[in-house]
Amino acid sequence: MQTVKMVVTGPFNAGKTEFIQSVSEIDVVSTERRISSASEKKVKDATTVAMDFGRITVDEDLVLYLFGTPGQKRFDFMWEILSEGMLGFIVLVDSTRPETFREARSILETFRAYAPTPYVVAANKQDKKEAWEVDDMRHALRLDSKVKFLPCTATSRDSVKTVLLELLYSILSEMENGE
Amino acid sequence: MALRGNLRDFTITQLLNLINLANKTGTLIVEGPTELAKVAFRDGKLAYAEIGQEDGSLASILHKAKKISPTQFKAIQQRARQIPDKELGLLLINAGYLTQEDILINLQQHFSNVVHKLFTWVEGIFRFDNELLPPEDRINVRLDLENLIIEGSRQLREWEQLQDEIPSLEMALKFTERPGANIRNVNLSVEEWRVVSYINPKNTIRQIANAAKMNDLQIRRIVYGLLQAGLVELIRPEGVPAPQPVRVFPTEDKEEQKSLVNRLINRIRSL
Repeated sequence: MQTVKMVVTGPFNAGKTEFIQSVSEIDVVSTERRISSASEKKVKDATTVAMDFGRITVDEDLVLYLFGTPGQKRFDFMWEILSEGMLGFIVLVDSTRPETFREARSILETFRAYAPTPYVVAANKQDKKEAWEVDDMRHALRLDSKVKFLPCTATSRDSVKTVLLELLYSILSEMENGE
Repeated sequence: MALRGNLRDFTITQLLNLINLANKTGTLIVEGPTELAKVAFRDGKLAYAEIGQEDGSLASILHKAKKISPTQFKAIQQRARQIPDKELGLLLINAGYLTQEDILINLQQHFSNVVHKLFTWVEGIFRFDNELLPPEDRINVRLDLENLIIEGSRQLREWEQLQDEIPSLEMALKFTERPGANIRNVNLSVEEWRVVSYINPKNTIRQIANAAKMNDLQIRRIVYGLLQAGLVELIRPEGVPAPQPVRVFPTEDKEEQKSLVNRLINRIRSL
Protein backbone atom coordinates (compact mmCIF):
# COMPACT_ATOMS: atom_id res chain seq x y z
CA MET A 1 0.00 0.00 0.00
CA GLN A 2 1.38 3.43 -1.03
CA THR A 3 0.62 6.48 1.05
CA VAL A 4 1.00 10.20 0.45
CA LYS A 5 0.15 13.10 2.69
CA MET A 6 -1.01 16.67 2.55
CA VAL A 7 -1.03 19.15 5.41
CA VAL A 8 -3.80 21.59 6.25
CA THR A 9 -2.52 24.46 8.34
CA GLY A 10 -3.62 27.90 9.45
CA PRO A 11 -4.27 29.97 12.55
CA PHE A 12 -6.43 28.98 15.50
CA ASN A 13 -10.09 28.44 14.53
CA ALA A 14 -9.44 28.80 10.78
CA GLY A 15 -11.54 25.67 10.13
CA LYS A 16 -8.86 23.02 9.59
CA THR A 17 -10.71 20.22 11.39
CA GLU A 18 -13.94 20.90 9.45
CA PHE A 19 -11.97 21.05 6.20
CA ILE A 20 -10.58 17.55 6.72
CA GLN A 21 -13.88 16.24 8.05
CA SER A 22 -15.65 17.32 4.86
CA VAL A 23 -13.70 14.93 2.64
CA SER A 24 -12.32 12.26 4.94
CA GLU A 25 -13.83 8.83 4.57
CA ILE A 26 -13.13 8.10 8.21
CA ASP A 27 -14.22 10.14 11.18
CA VAL A 28 -11.37 12.55 11.66
CA VAL A 29 -9.01 11.28 14.31
CA SER A 30 -8.85 14.46 16.27
CA THR A 31 -6.80 15.41 19.29
CA GLU A 32 -9.10 18.15 20.48
CA ARG A 33 -8.98 19.37 24.04
CA ARG A 34 -11.19 21.79 25.89
CA ILE A 35 -9.79 25.31 25.74
CA SER A 36 -8.46 26.74 28.97
CA SER A 37 -7.45 30.20 27.79
CA ALA A 38 -10.24 32.75 28.25
CA SER A 39 -9.46 34.67 25.06
CA GLU A 40 -9.44 31.51 22.96
CA LYS A 41 -12.57 30.19 24.69
CA LYS A 42 -14.52 33.17 23.35
CA VAL A 43 -13.98 31.73 19.87
CA LYS A 44 -14.61 28.04 20.44
CA ASP A 45 -14.75 25.44 23.19
CA ALA A 46 -12.29 22.82 21.98
CA THR A 47 -9.20 22.95 19.80
CA THR A 48 -6.67 20.67 18.11
CA VAL A 49 -3.54 20.24 20.22
CA ALA A 50 -1.49 17.67 18.28
CA MET A 51 -3.05 17.03 14.88
CA ASP A 52 -6.15 16.03 12.97
CA PHE A 53 -5.97 13.03 10.79
CA GLY A 54 -8.20 12.20 7.81
CA ARG A 55 -7.98 9.61 5.05
CA ILE A 56 -9.05 9.29 1.43
CA THR A 57 -8.53 5.88 -0.19
CA VAL A 58 -7.65 6.43 -3.84
CA ASP A 59 -7.56 2.76 -4.89
CA GLU A 60 -6.34 -0.52 -3.47
CA ASP A 61 -2.72 0.65 -3.74
CA LEU A 62 -2.88 4.30 -2.77
CA VAL A 63 -4.12 6.26 0.23
CA LEU A 64 -4.03 10.01 0.79
CA TYR A 65 -3.68 11.16 4.38
CA LEU A 66 -4.70 14.65 5.41
CA PHE A 67 -3.03 16.09 8.48
CA GLY A 68 -4.36 19.18 10.22
CA THR A 69 -1.93 21.14 12.35
CA PRO A 70 -2.75 22.70 15.69
CA GLY A 71 -3.38 26.41 15.16
CA GLN A 72 -2.03 27.82 18.38
CA LYS A 73 1.53 29.02 18.28
CA ARG A 74 2.47 27.19 21.46
CA PHE A 75 2.02 23.90 19.61
CA ASP A 76 4.17 24.93 16.66
CA PHE A 77 6.76 22.29 17.55
CA MET A 78 4.30 19.89 15.85
CA TRP A 79 4.41 21.78 12.55
CA GLU A 80 7.83 20.64 11.43
CA ILE A 81 7.07 17.03 12.32
CA LEU A 82 3.80 17.12 10.40
CA SER A 83 5.31 18.84 7.39
CA GLU A 84 7.91 16.13 6.86
CA GLY A 85 7.34 14.34 3.56
CA MET A 86 4.22 16.28 2.60
CA LEU A 87 3.14 16.41 -1.02
CA GLY A 88 1.87 19.93 -0.57
CA PHE A 89 0.07 22.08 1.96
CA ILE A 90 -3.01 24.24 2.32
CA VAL A 91 -3.06 27.37 4.44
CA LEU A 92 -6.57 28.03 5.66
CA VAL A 93 -7.44 31.58 6.68
CA ASP A 94 -10.60 32.64 8.52
CA SER A 95 -12.08 35.35 6.25
CA THR A 96 -14.11 36.76 9.13
CA ARG A 97 -11.19 37.35 11.50
CA PRO A 98 -8.72 39.85 10.04
CA GLU A 99 -6.83 39.82 13.32
CA THR A 100 -5.52 36.37 12.32
CA PHE A 101 -4.23 37.39 8.86
CA ARG A 102 -0.81 38.36 10.14
CA GLU A 103 -0.43 35.02 11.87
CA ALA A 104 -1.61 33.20 8.73
CA ARG A 105 1.10 34.97 6.77
CA SER A 106 3.66 33.93 9.34
CA ILE A 107 2.49 30.29 9.27
CA LEU A 108 2.74 30.33 5.49
CA GLU A 109 6.33 31.61 5.64
CA THR A 110 7.22 29.01 8.26
CA PHE A 111 5.87 26.11 6.17
CA ARG A 112 7.55 27.43 3.06
CA ALA A 113 10.80 27.35 4.97
CA TYR A 114 10.21 23.75 6.10
CA ALA A 115 9.74 22.35 2.60
CA PRO A 116 9.73 23.74 -0.94
CA THR A 117 6.50 21.93 -1.80
CA PRO A 118 3.56 23.49 -3.65
CA TYR A 119 0.83 25.14 -1.61
CA VAL A 120 -2.44 26.98 -1.94
CA VAL A 121 -4.10 29.46 0.38
CA ALA A 122 -7.83 29.17 1.04
CA ALA A 123 -10.06 31.95 2.36
CA ASN A 124 -12.41 29.97 4.59
CA LYS A 125 -15.87 30.98 5.87
CA GLN A 126 -16.65 32.85 2.65
CA ASP A 127 -20.30 31.92 3.25
CA LYS A 128 -20.38 34.23 6.28
CA LYS A 129 -21.79 37.73 5.99
CA GLU A 130 -18.80 39.33 7.68
CA ALA A 131 -16.24 37.56 5.46
CA TRP A 132 -13.64 39.76 3.79
CA GLU A 133 -13.52 39.70 0.01
CA VAL A 134 -10.84 37.46 -1.44
CA ASP A 135 -9.12 40.31 -3.31
CA ASP A 136 -8.91 42.40 -0.16
CA MET A 137 -7.56 39.42 1.73
CA ARG A 138 -4.91 38.82 -0.91
CA HIS A 139 -3.59 42.35 -0.30
CA ALA A 140 -3.84 42.01 3.47
CA LEU A 141 -1.97 38.72 3.36
CA ARG A 142 0.55 40.17 0.88
CA LEU A 143 0.14 37.19 -1.42
CA ASP A 144 1.87 37.34 -4.76
CA SER A 145 -0.49 37.21 -7.73
CA LYS A 146 1.06 33.86 -8.69
CA VAL A 147 -0.04 32.24 -5.42
CA LYS A 148 -3.36 30.39 -5.74
CA PHE A 149 -5.79 32.02 -3.31
CA LEU A 150 -9.17 30.34 -3.29
CA PRO A 151 -12.50 31.13 -1.70
CA CYS A 152 -13.62 28.26 0.50
CA THR A 153 -16.27 26.99 2.87
CA ALA A 154 -14.69 24.18 4.86
CA THR A 155 -18.06 22.64 5.72
CA SER A 156 -18.88 22.18 2.02
CA ARG A 157 -17.42 19.07 0.41
CA ASP A 158 -17.45 20.63 -3.07
CA SER A 159 -15.58 23.67 -1.86
CA VAL A 160 -12.95 21.54 -0.11
CA LYS A 161 -12.62 19.35 -3.22
CA THR A 162 -11.90 22.45 -5.31
CA VAL A 163 -9.10 23.50 -2.96
CA LEU A 164 -7.57 20.01 -2.91
CA LEU A 165 -7.78 19.78 -6.69
CA GLU A 166 -6.11 23.16 -7.16
CA LEU A 167 -3.27 22.00 -4.95
CA LEU A 168 -2.93 18.78 -6.94
CA TYR A 169 -2.92 20.75 -10.21
CA SER A 170 -0.10 22.88 -8.80
CA ILE A 171 1.83 19.76 -7.82
CA LEU A 172 1.36 18.28 -11.28
CA SER A 173 2.31 21.51 -12.99
CA GLU A 174 5.45 21.83 -10.88
CA MET A 175 6.44 18.26 -11.77
CA GLU A 176 5.96 18.98 -15.45
CA ASN A 177 7.90 22.26 -15.27
CA GLY A 178 10.69 20.54 -13.39
CA GLU A 179 11.30 18.09 -16.17
CA MET B 1 20.38 32.61 44.59
CA ALA B 2 22.25 34.86 42.20
CA LEU B 3 20.14 36.82 39.80
CA ARG B 4 21.69 35.80 36.50
CA GLY B 5 20.46 34.37 33.25
CA ASN B 6 19.81 34.86 29.57
CA LEU B 7 17.80 37.66 27.97
CA ARG B 8 16.01 35.05 25.86
CA ASP B 9 14.42 33.67 29.03
CA PHE B 10 14.14 36.85 31.06
CA THR B 11 13.70 40.19 29.33
CA ILE B 12 15.05 43.57 30.44
CA THR B 13 11.48 44.65 31.20
CA GLN B 14 10.99 41.68 33.50
CA LEU B 15 14.30 42.44 35.20
CA LEU B 16 13.34 46.07 35.77
CA ASN B 17 10.03 44.96 37.19
CA LEU B 18 11.76 42.61 39.60
CA ILE B 19 14.28 45.27 40.68
CA ASN B 20 11.44 47.74 41.17
CA LEU B 21 9.26 45.39 43.22
CA ALA B 22 12.13 44.12 45.34
CA ASN B 23 13.55 47.64 45.88
CA LYS B 24 16.93 46.30 44.93
CA THR B 25 20.25 48.09 45.22
CA GLY B 26 23.15 47.01 43.05
CA THR B 27 24.21 46.88 39.42
CA LEU B 28 22.69 44.98 36.54
CA ILE B 29 25.42 43.94 34.13
CA VAL B 30 24.25 42.90 30.68
CA GLU B 31 26.62 41.40 28.14
CA GLY B 32 25.08 41.87 24.71
CA PRO B 33 26.43 40.51 21.44
CA THR B 34 28.76 43.47 20.92
CA GLU B 35 28.59 45.67 24.00
CA LEU B 36 28.43 45.54 27.76
CA ALA B 37 26.02 47.67 29.75
CA LYS B 38 25.97 48.50 33.45
CA VAL B 39 22.81 49.87 35.03
CA ALA B 40 22.94 50.76 38.70
CA PHE B 41 19.97 50.96 41.06
CA ARG B 42 19.40 52.24 44.56
CA ASP B 43 16.31 51.10 46.47
CA GLY B 44 14.62 49.97 43.26
CA LYS B 45 15.22 53.24 41.44
CA LEU B 46 17.50 53.88 38.49
CA ALA B 47 20.66 55.62 39.70
CA TYR B 48 23.16 55.40 36.88
CA ALA B 49 23.69 53.70 33.50
CA GLU B 50 26.50 53.28 31.02
CA ILE B 51 26.85 51.32 27.82
CA GLY B 52 29.84 50.10 25.81
CA GLN B 53 32.68 52.55 25.25
CA GLU B 54 30.29 55.50 25.20
CA ASP B 55 31.65 58.48 27.15
CA GLY B 56 29.22 58.74 30.05
CA SER B 57 30.92 61.68 31.75
CA LEU B 58 28.80 64.64 32.80
CA ALA B 59 30.65 66.93 30.38
CA SER B 60 29.99 64.62 27.45
CA ILE B 61 26.29 64.17 28.36
CA LEU B 62 25.78 67.93 28.66
CA HIS B 63 27.66 68.53 25.42
CA LYS B 64 25.52 66.00 23.53
CA ALA B 65 22.40 67.62 24.98
CA LYS B 66 23.73 71.02 23.77
CA LYS B 67 23.70 72.34 27.33
CA ILE B 68 27.32 73.39 27.06
CA SER B 69 28.97 74.71 23.92
CA PRO B 70 31.69 72.81 22.02
CA THR B 71 34.19 75.40 23.30
CA GLN B 72 33.12 74.87 26.90
CA PHE B 73 33.27 71.11 26.41
CA LYS B 74 36.77 71.38 24.94
CA ALA B 75 37.89 73.58 27.83
CA ILE B 76 36.52 71.11 30.38
CA GLN B 77 38.22 68.26 28.55
CA GLN B 78 41.54 70.08 28.59
CA ARG B 79 41.53 71.65 32.03
CA ALA B 80 39.10 69.75 34.18
CA ARG B 81 39.43 66.17 32.95
CA GLN B 82 40.42 64.93 36.41
CA ILE B 83 37.57 66.68 38.24
CA PRO B 84 34.86 64.25 39.39
CA ASP B 85 31.41 64.77 37.88
CA LYS B 86 29.92 65.91 41.18
CA GLU B 87 32.53 68.65 41.51
CA LEU B 88 32.16 69.66 37.89
CA GLY B 89 28.39 69.88 38.35
CA LEU B 90 28.85 72.21 41.34
CA LEU B 91 31.29 74.36 39.37
CA LEU B 92 28.82 74.72 36.49
CA ILE B 93 25.96 75.58 38.85
CA ASN B 94 28.06 78.08 40.84
CA ALA B 95 29.30 79.68 37.64
CA GLY B 96 25.67 80.17 36.61
CA TYR B 97 25.95 78.08 33.43
CA LEU B 98 23.32 75.55 34.50
CA THR B 99 20.87 74.84 37.27
CA GLN B 100 20.85 71.68 39.36
CA GLU B 101 17.56 70.76 37.64
CA ASP B 102 19.19 71.08 34.19
CA ILE B 103 21.90 68.66 35.19
CA LEU B 104 19.55 66.11 36.77
CA ILE B 105 17.07 66.17 33.86
CA ASN B 106 19.84 65.61 31.33
CA LEU B 107 21.37 62.79 33.33
CA GLN B 108 17.96 61.13 33.75
CA GLN B 109 17.39 61.44 30.02
CA HIS B 110 20.78 59.94 29.23
CA PHE B 111 20.33 57.01 31.64
CA SER B 112 16.81 56.38 30.31
CA ASN B 113 18.22 56.31 26.78
CA VAL B 114 20.73 53.66 27.83
CA VAL B 115 17.89 51.52 29.22
CA HIS B 116 15.84 52.10 26.04
CA LYS B 117 18.79 50.80 24.06
CA LEU B 118 18.82 47.71 26.25
CA PHE B 119 15.18 47.02 25.37
CA THR B 120 16.32 46.28 21.84
CA TRP B 121 18.69 43.56 23.05
CA VAL B 122 17.22 40.12 22.69
CA GLU B 123 20.46 38.18 22.94
CA GLY B 124 22.80 38.38 25.89
CA ILE B 125 23.47 37.28 29.41
CA PHE B 126 22.85 39.26 32.56
CA ARG B 127 23.76 39.22 36.21
CA PHE B 128 22.75 41.43 39.09
CA ASP B 129 25.56 42.27 41.51
CA ASN B 130 24.23 43.37 44.91
CA GLU B 131 27.71 44.41 46.01
CA LEU B 132 28.43 46.69 43.08
CA LEU B 133 26.98 50.05 44.03
CA PRO B 134 26.40 53.04 41.73
CA PRO B 135 29.77 54.75 41.06
CA GLU B 136 30.68 57.32 43.72
CA ASP B 137 32.46 59.69 41.35
CA ARG B 138 29.42 60.06 39.10
CA ILE B 139 26.21 61.93 39.83
CA ASN B 140 23.44 59.49 40.67
CA VAL B 141 19.77 60.13 40.00
CA ARG B 142 16.65 58.56 41.51
CA LEU B 143 14.40 57.68 38.63
CA ASP B 144 11.21 55.64 39.14
CA LEU B 145 11.17 52.57 36.93
CA GLU B 146 7.45 52.42 36.17
CA ASN B 147 7.60 54.56 33.03
CA LEU B 148 10.57 52.63 31.73
CA ILE B 149 8.78 49.33 32.39
CA ILE B 150 5.70 50.49 30.46
CA GLU B 151 7.88 51.59 27.54
CA GLY B 152 9.73 48.28 27.68
CA SER B 153 6.46 46.34 27.62
CA ARG B 154 5.41 48.22 24.50
CA GLN B 155 8.67 47.31 22.81
CA LEU B 156 8.26 43.69 23.90
CA ARG B 157 4.86 43.52 22.24
CA GLU B 158 6.36 45.08 19.12
CA TRP B 159 9.17 42.52 19.21
CA GLU B 160 6.69 39.64 19.45
CA GLN B 161 4.70 41.00 16.51
CA LEU B 162 7.83 41.46 14.45
CA GLN B 163 8.87 37.90 15.19
CA ASP B 164 5.50 36.73 13.90
CA GLU B 165 5.95 38.77 10.74
CA ILE B 166 9.56 37.78 10.13
CA PRO B 167 9.97 34.40 11.81
CA SER B 168 13.45 33.76 10.46
CA LEU B 169 16.43 35.99 9.73
CA GLU B 170 17.89 33.26 7.54
CA MET B 171 15.64 34.33 4.64
CA ALA B 172 16.85 36.76 1.99
CA LEU B 173 15.14 39.78 0.45
CA LYS B 174 14.56 40.82 -3.10
CA PHE B 175 13.00 43.91 -4.58
CA THR B 176 9.45 43.29 -5.76
CA GLU B 177 8.82 43.37 -9.46
CA ARG B 178 5.86 45.68 -9.33
CA PRO B 179 5.50 48.04 -12.24
CA GLY B 180 5.61 51.62 -11.05
CA ALA B 181 7.28 50.83 -7.72
CA ASN B 182 10.53 52.74 -7.52
CA ILE B 183 12.47 52.75 -4.30
CA ARG B 184 14.19 56.00 -5.31
CA ASN B 185 10.88 57.81 -4.92
CA VAL B 186 10.39 56.62 -1.36
CA ASN B 187 11.57 58.67 1.60
CA LEU B 188 13.84 56.34 3.53
CA SER B 189 15.88 57.02 6.64
CA VAL B 190 19.66 56.62 6.67
CA GLU B 191 19.29 53.24 8.43
CA GLU B 192 16.73 52.07 5.87
CA TRP B 193 19.01 53.04 3.00
CA ARG B 194 21.82 51.16 4.69
CA VAL B 195 19.66 48.00 4.71
CA VAL B 196 18.43 48.60 1.16
CA SER B 197 22.02 48.84 -0.06
CA TYR B 198 22.66 45.27 1.09
CA ILE B 199 19.46 43.75 -0.34
CA ASN B 200 20.44 40.96 -2.64
CA PRO B 201 18.98 37.45 -3.03
CA LYS B 202 22.32 36.08 -1.81
CA ASN B 203 22.32 37.95 1.51
CA THR B 204 20.29 36.66 4.42
CA ILE B 205 18.59 39.22 6.66
CA ARG B 206 21.00 38.21 9.43
CA GLN B 207 23.99 38.96 7.17
CA ILE B 208 22.46 42.34 6.31
CA ALA B 209 21.98 43.05 10.02
CA ASN B 210 25.61 42.17 10.73
CA ALA B 211 26.88 44.31 7.87
CA ALA B 212 24.68 47.24 8.90
CA LYS B 213 25.58 46.71 12.59
CA MET B 214 21.96 46.30 13.65
CA ASN B 215 20.45 44.03 16.26
CA ASP B 216 17.51 41.67 15.69
CA LEU B 217 14.87 44.23 16.62
CA GLN B 218 16.32 47.04 14.52
CA ILE B 219 16.67 44.93 11.37
CA ARG B 220 13.20 43.39 11.82
CA ARG B 221 11.67 46.87 12.18
CA ILE B 222 13.22 48.06 8.95
CA VAL B 223 12.50 44.87 7.00
CA TYR B 224 8.91 44.92 8.27
CA GLY B 225 8.50 48.49 7.00
CA LEU B 226 9.93 47.60 3.59
CA LEU B 227 7.69 44.50 3.38
CA GLN B 228 4.60 46.48 4.37
CA ALA B 229 5.38 49.10 1.75
CA GLY B 230 5.53 46.28 -0.80
CA LEU B 231 9.07 47.24 -1.80
CA VAL B 232 10.67 43.91 -0.99
CA GLU B 233 9.66 40.29 -0.54
CA LEU B 234 11.10 37.43 1.44
CA ILE B 235 12.82 34.68 -0.50
CA ARG B 236 15.05 31.72 0.22
CA PRO B 237 18.68 32.86 -0.10
CA GLU B 238 20.28 32.08 -3.44
CA GLY B 239 22.82 29.30 -3.37
CA VAL B 240 21.30 27.72 -0.30
CA PRO B 241 19.78 24.42 -1.34
CA ALA B 242 16.13 24.17 -0.39
CA PRO B 243 15.56 21.40 2.14
CA GLN B 244 14.42 18.38 0.22
CA PRO B 245 11.17 16.92 1.47
CA VAL B 246 11.69 13.52 2.99
CA ARG B 247 10.27 10.94 0.62
CA VAL B 248 7.24 12.81 -0.63
CA PHE B 249 6.36 10.10 -3.12
CA PRO B 250 6.49 6.39 -2.46
CA THR B 251 8.30 6.00 -5.80
CA GLU B 252 11.33 7.65 -7.39
CA ASP B 253 10.08 7.18 -10.94
CA LYS B 254 8.85 10.50 -12.37
CA GLU B 255 6.20 8.92 -14.59
CA GLU B 256 4.86 6.88 -11.70
CA GLN B 257 4.78 10.01 -9.57
CA LYS B 258 2.74 11.82 -12.21
CA SER B 259 0.41 8.89 -12.53
CA LEU B 260 -0.02 8.89 -8.76
CA VAL B 261 -0.98 12.59 -8.75
CA ASN B 262 -3.43 11.99 -11.61
CA ARG B 263 -5.01 9.13 -9.64
CA LEU B 264 -5.36 11.47 -6.68
CA ILE B 265 -6.99 14.10 -8.91
CA ASN B 266 -9.47 11.58 -10.32
CA ARG B 267 -10.32 10.31 -6.86
CA ILE B 268 -10.91 13.78 -5.42
CA ARG B 269 -13.07 14.68 -8.43
CA SER B 270 -15.19 11.60 -7.81
CA LEU B 271 -15.83 12.36 -4.14
